[in-house]
Amino acid sequence: MKKLPGGILPSEITPREVFLNRRSLLAGALAGGATALLPQAHAAEGSPLPRLPCTRNAKYSVSEQPTSYADISGYNNFYEFGTDKGDPKENAGTLRPKPWSVAITGEAEKTGTFHLEDILHPHPLEERVYRFRCVEAWSMVIPWVGFPLADLIKRFSPTSRAKYVEFTTLYDTTQMPYERTSILPWPYIEGLRMDEAVNPLTLMVVGLYGSVLPNQDGAPLRLIVPWKYGFKGIKSIVKINFTAQQPRNTWAVVAPNEYGFYANVNPHVDHPRWSQASERVIGKGLFARQPTLMFNGYENEVAYLYKGMDLRRYF
Amino acid sequence: MKVEQRYRYLYKPVVFAACSVPAVLLALGTVGVVLQSSGSGAAAANALASLLGPDPVAKLLHSCGKTALNLILITLLVTPVRQLTGVTHLVRLRRMLGLFAFFYASLHFIIYIVLDRGMDWHSVVTDITKRPYITIGFSALLMLIPLAITSTNRMMRRLGRRWQKLHRLIYLIAIFGVWHYYWQVKRDVRLPLLYAFLLALLLGYRLVKQWQARRRLTAKPRGSPSLHPSTSD
Repeated sequence: MKKLPGGILPSEITPREVFLNRRSLLAGALAGGATALLPQAHAAEGSPLPRLPCTRNAKYSVSEQPTSYADISGYNNFYEFGTDKGDPKENAGTLRPKPWSVAITGEAEKTGTFHLEDILHPHPLEERVYRFRCVEAWSMVIPWVGFPLADLIKRFSPTSRAKYVEFTTLYDTTQMPYERTSILPWPYIEGLRMDEAVNPLTLMVVGLYGSVLPNQDGAPLRLIVPWKYGFKGIKSIVKINFTAQQPRNTWAVVAPNEYGFYANVNPHVDHPRWSQASERVIGKGLFARQPTLMFNGYENEVAYLYKGMDLRRYF
Repeated sequence: MKVEQRYRYLYKPVVFAACSVPAVLLALGTVGVVLQSSGSGAAAANALASLLGPDPVAKLLHSCGKTALNLILITLLVTPVRQLTGVTHLVRLRRMLGLFAFFYASLHFIIYIVLDRGMDWHSVVTDITKRPYITIGFSALLMLIPLAITSTNRMMRRLGRRWQKLHRLIYLIAIFGVWHYYWQVKRDVRLPLLYAFLLALLLGYRLVKQWQARRRLTAKPRGSPSLHPSTSD
């Protein structure tokens, strides 16, 4: 990694947004009393995993009550460990998130295979409470711990030919037993357009509820794109590839009429087999249905990315 | 008389209890979820709610649907088992099994309307008319209604030969039911395919039987009119 004069890594410089955000936090603290000075991350109710040092990024957090830790870590779609929502929790014990390495490949100045620690090291962690909307019409509110993907991308200096970022999940049948089945073509692949990837909302996630990410939620490194359906949030990433071609993401490959590349949350464009107009909020009892919001409620932040696009065609 | 009493005091109550088990568990789970939502953090409420898991509406919906389908397949199993084992009086259980299938299918539909769709009639109508897997599921439920209505002894007597004809609808209902299940699964179709396989066995058995019966008839020498189809059973 290239050092700046004085031995400071480029990534160690506090980004302007964070700096400004600290100011607004301080202003909030003055107005609201000293308790707001350091917004603490949510505590993991019952997480056996180590705590991660992080503070809440209030600017990018919703105010809704987060879904319980038990539900977030017990109700998962992670087909590498089974197709029932309870399977990943039961079966993900075979995943070994440490040691872990990530290959950075393709259209970038710096490429290679790196230890996860070296990938993570320069990035300060923050907690962001995001809405999470599954394509199956259920939703959660999740306190993730991570850092902006944009900060990571910057470090590897993608070239002008890099129009997309492609992510790949681990392929190892000894760790991921369902990769022996043909339920999906393995390994799982997802991708983003470069402007989507560097949007400040797009998050590389390493934790949940202030603690290390449980295996079944995609340890040790996963993607979260809160305005897109959950399947875009690829788990247990081993490869990040900068490319000129639009990645062929797994669900769009297996069912192109049902799942697209963009997969933006959109209450006006139904899945062929079910309505996307509303969602069941997990943990809210029997009458848990609420209307789904355009871009999952992040319209102000991301609508500009899709200006002039026919969202019925590019679903 | 002895057989009748055994059915009345033993077999039927046992089958009734067994068929009620899913409904009782789902009802207990529902009570747990309601208690939880009304603010009770009691261990009992949590234990009951855990019967339905994190997505209680989906659990209720899918459990009722699957139980209805299981019972439909079991009713279709009665005839082959009778014929293969010779235990012909098993047919006395079939009405109860069929009515329970209707009960769970109706519950499935009510849960869909009230909890899943939140009584949003517009979206219910859109679903039924525009989503093929819901259209066929709904048709299957509609076809179950005349079967349930004509399940009484009186109706059986009144309809006579037509009763059997009407109740052959169950073959189509079963096909629609399995199809409805297959079509709504996201990707892992192994279990729906297993249902389709079992249904194919049950229907295939009947086709083979029918074919054999027809062959026996045509193979008879012309001079023996004693075995005309209308005289058998």
